[in-house]
Amino acid sequence: MLGLDRKDTGLLAVVAILALFAPFILNPFPQGSELAQFNAGYPDLMQRFVIFGIFAIGFNLLFGLTGYLSFGHAAFLGVGSYAAVWMFKLLSMNVIPAILLSIAVAGLFSVVIGYISLRRSGIYFSILTLAFAQMSFNLAYSVLTPITNGETGLQLSLDDPRVLDGGGVATSLPLTNFFGIEMRATETLNLGPWAFQFNAGYYLCAILLLVTFYISIRIFRSPFGLMLRAVKSNQQRLSYTGLSTRPYTLAVFVISGMYAGLAGGLLASMDPLAGAERMQWTASGEVVIMTILGGAGTLIGPVLGAGVIKYFENIFSKINEGVLHGWFGALPDGLENAIVWVLARFTGEGWHLTLGLLFMAIIIFLPGGLVEGGRRSRALFRRRGRRGGAAEEDAAKQRAARPAE
Amino acid sequence: MDAILLQILNGLDKGSAYALIALGLTLIFGTLGVVNFAHGALFMIGAFCAVTLQRIFTISRTTVDESRTDFLGNPMEVDTPYLEIWFGPEFGAALIDWSVPLAILFAIPVMLLIGWIMERGLIKHFYKRPHADQILVTFGLAIVLQEIIKYFYGANPIPTPAPSAFAGSFDFGAALGFDPMTIIYPYWRLIYFAFAGLVIAGVFCFLQFTTFGMVVRAGMADRETVGLLGINIDKRFTIMFGIAAAVAGLAGVMYTPINSPNYHMGMDFLVLSFVVVVVGGMGSLPGAVLAGFLLGILESFASMNEIKSIIPGIDQIIIYLIAIVILLTRPRGLMGRKGVMED
Amino acid sequence: MGILDVKDVGKRFGGLQALSDVNLSVRENTVHAIIGPNGAGKSTLLNCLVGKLMPDTGSVLFDGQSVLGRKPHEINQLGIARVFQTPEIFGDLTVMENVLIPCFARRDGAFELNPLVSVASQKDMAAKAEAILADVNMAQSRGVHAASLSRGDKRRLEMAMCLVQEPRLLLLDEPTAGMSRADTNNTISLLKEIKAKRDITMVIIEHDMHVVFSLADRITVLAQGTPLVEDTPERIKGHPKVQEAYLGTSDAAA
Repeated sequence: MLGLDRKDTGLLAVVAILALFAPFILNPFPQGSELAQFNAGYPDLMQRFVIFGIFAIGFNLLFGLTGYLSFGHAAFLGVGSYAAVWMFKLLSMNVIPAILLSIAVAGLFSVVIGYISLRRSGIYFSILTLAFAQMSFNLAYSVLTPITNGETGLQLSLDDPRVLDGGGVATSLPLTNFFGIEMRATETLNLGPWAFQFNAGYYLCAILLLVTFYISIRIFRSPFGLMLRAVKSNQQRLSYTGLSTRPYTLAVFVISGMYAGLAGGLLASMDPLAGAERMQWTASGEVVIMTILGGAGTLIGPVLGAGVIKYFENIFSKINEGVLHGWFGALPDGLENAIVWVLARFTGEGWHLTLGLLFMAIIIFLPGGLVEGGRRSRALFRRRGRRGGAAEEDAAKQRAARPAE
Repeated sequence: MDAILLQILNGLDKGSAYALIALGLTLIFGTLGVVNFAHGALFMIGAFCAVTLQRIFTISRTTVDESRTDFLGNPMEVDTPYLEIWFGPEFGAALIDWSVPLAILFAIPVMLLIGWIMERGLIKHFYKRPHADQILVTFGLAIVLQEIIKYFYGANPIPTPAPSAFAGSFDFGAALGFDPMTIIYPYWRLIYFAFAGLVIAGVFCFLQFTTFGMVVRAGMADRETVGLLGINIDKRFTIMFGIAAAVAGLAGVMYTPINSPNYHMGMDFLVLSFVVVVVGGMGSLPGAVLAGFLLGILESFASMNEIKSIIPGIDQIIIYLIAIVILLTRPRGLMGRKGVMED
Repeated sequence: MGILDVKDVGKRFGGLQALSDVNLSVRENTVHAIIGPNGAGKSTLLNCLVGKLMPDTGSVLFDGQSVLGRKPHEINQLGIARVFQTPEIFGDLTVMENVLIPCFARRDGAFELNPLVSVASQKDMAAKAEAILADVNMAQSRGVHAASLSRGDKRRLEMAMCLVQEPRLLLLDEPTAGMSRADTNNTISLLKEIKAKRDITMVIIEHDMHVVFSLADRITVLAQGTPLVEDTPERIKGHPKVQEAYLGTSDAAA
């Protein structure tokens, strides 16, 4: 279907179902219950899941396929956000022109940065991209203030021209919309104690996630994608096979930059402001973490990674000492305090500590990320299940396999 | 002329910090072949060694002084540091005043220990892994270290003054025959520069004139062969890592009076120091030092109003701009060797 | 005029004159061996032919076109393929993918932006790749990761990758270096088969006289960066100058 083989179609279908039913899936606990704070089914968080999913999918096209580790990808996201907000200020509150412009601007930006950075590889490439991103960040904070509004960040204002939908007359700030459908519009479905929220903005993002995920599958399975994996494997052989490395890496760098621009445009479409901190190198580090955590070079990995990071960021930072005391209240006081003290170091404000530790653990023990972890545990179960009756069969197979080596 | 001199001087202290961090990065990279993104965190920990010592020195006993009253009319509580109680008010106060320089003695063993733990506990498992993995795991470690410091010391910068003896400024203008007060330069920055020079000279002498240093240099040039000679190179490399950590730590200790330390100062310096290393040439110690000072000075020139009015914003991007130009025109940096990190 | 004409090529590295006055003409559909003692400049010459090095003087013409100053991928697109001393393959990819890459490179040129085309839909490419794998007896390992192949299989895979491009000239840089006797003989018969099946010119740089005399139609002896003699294997064998410069010592060592 859609030019995909059965396995990939299955994968796409799973992602589609997860994305479309996310308001249900992410809201398993009834309102008002103890566990309701673990729910993630509210619009703001769901939007971030998919937006950062798109960002990570794009990053993975570059890093996962070619092995070029960009440490400045957030610059494209930031540029996309600025472009989108300007579109809202100047043209119209419709998100479509904003998103298109953010993709285009990020694409142009990445042509320039990619053209220069890709002249070098390895750590030099990482440092070059980092240097470009930091430059953009510093400039956005200082001399580019007329465009970026510096530290305050770029925001809408009442006297924006908004040529298409008549600005200047409104008394309150207008809302972003998709041909009249407001991005903020949310329908709530009450089923007994559950309240499921369906948000227009989320569904726009989710549909774009599916489109970008689909494109990413197509790229992985194309001759173009094959060449990109060949770039990672052996550049020398590639050039002696008559292929020119540079245009391949540049093309994927630009595609990846456009994904980041789209993510930035969507962030601005959901909440029309843009700040320089989105371009900082820690933000670039975050997308690296997401991709590695999920599994670089795999299709679903980056989406998983983005989801996990954003979920834990949200939930972990909400768990403060008060919440912890509530959980361990049944324990004797001394023990309760000790446990709460330890856990509090890793939750709430301490979320970044958990993130750092998690990240180290993944690199040390599971360089393939969550996808690799899933694969390994599945293999483990299969072996367990077969042990005993199938042991002899295995041995026979091994004997048969030996001579073929 | 005096303006130029002033900018060179202004660039020296930042340049010194860049040079010291880049020196450590290069030592680690050259000997162990590891790209250490946690090196900035070591600089930051060094700075907090100074903060810690200052805090230890000022641990106080609270007594109630009946003869004085506070503004509510109650007897006033007076904090007296134990140091003043034990060693007499004058000597005790002097110790507290000198806590930053004294922190050097405190920081050396602490940094060596941290370096040793880091190398044995984590880095050694990453010798054979790709550079990308090394970058990522040390990046994770840097986040962890930073968060730990943030927990203990909070998010705000902590003022850590220099000894009052160095509080003033030196009037270079008067000394060199320009108008007085045109080139004034805080004493502490001079000290920092001299200190950096001393540490750099120490590291170079150590590598140049000791057998240990000779083996390490040989190992930097060709690790496998040195290993084949039956020399336990790993142990020496562990020590090198400790030394690199100590150099970063000392740079941090002495930097505290210039900029009050906060938990993310390491990350801020790390990015720039990496740029410095790349500009100097990956794996070249003299290159790292040269590029450190060069970029520090250029950065300070770019922040002159005369220059900023010609090219607005240049002070924000000069270092990155230079790095990009250098990388594209001299791919191995100013003094880089062939074949380093080019796989 | 041959398919490959090397005229007056010279190359100097600092104080070392690695190549001087190299003149060489390789006729179409022959196997031309370049032999010589260590340091004779064989590898330097090969690197000048594939665009890795730029000679200081002289010209290298392939089918009347100069190859000098062209990038390796451009030279390959002219129809020159190269086998390395240690096999250079795509270790992270499967055997089948390794062979598909040159298929696409041959069809689509040095760069083709086709991110929405599916590899699986390119049946003709797959058929071509299958055929060449069958030719080198590797059809059964098409799904194997190339890095896990034995050294001999890696060599065959590399040959397959070169051959599937249907190059007019195949350059082989010591294709049997470090191989066992049995593997060497396998490689010889593989090369003979290849030669029998298609029109192809081969230039082999080789140490092993056994390989050279089993395959070559013409032999150039290189010594100290200059061709000493060029002749048929039979005549080279008995040539006094060659015996003195090369074979004498080689026989003694063997």
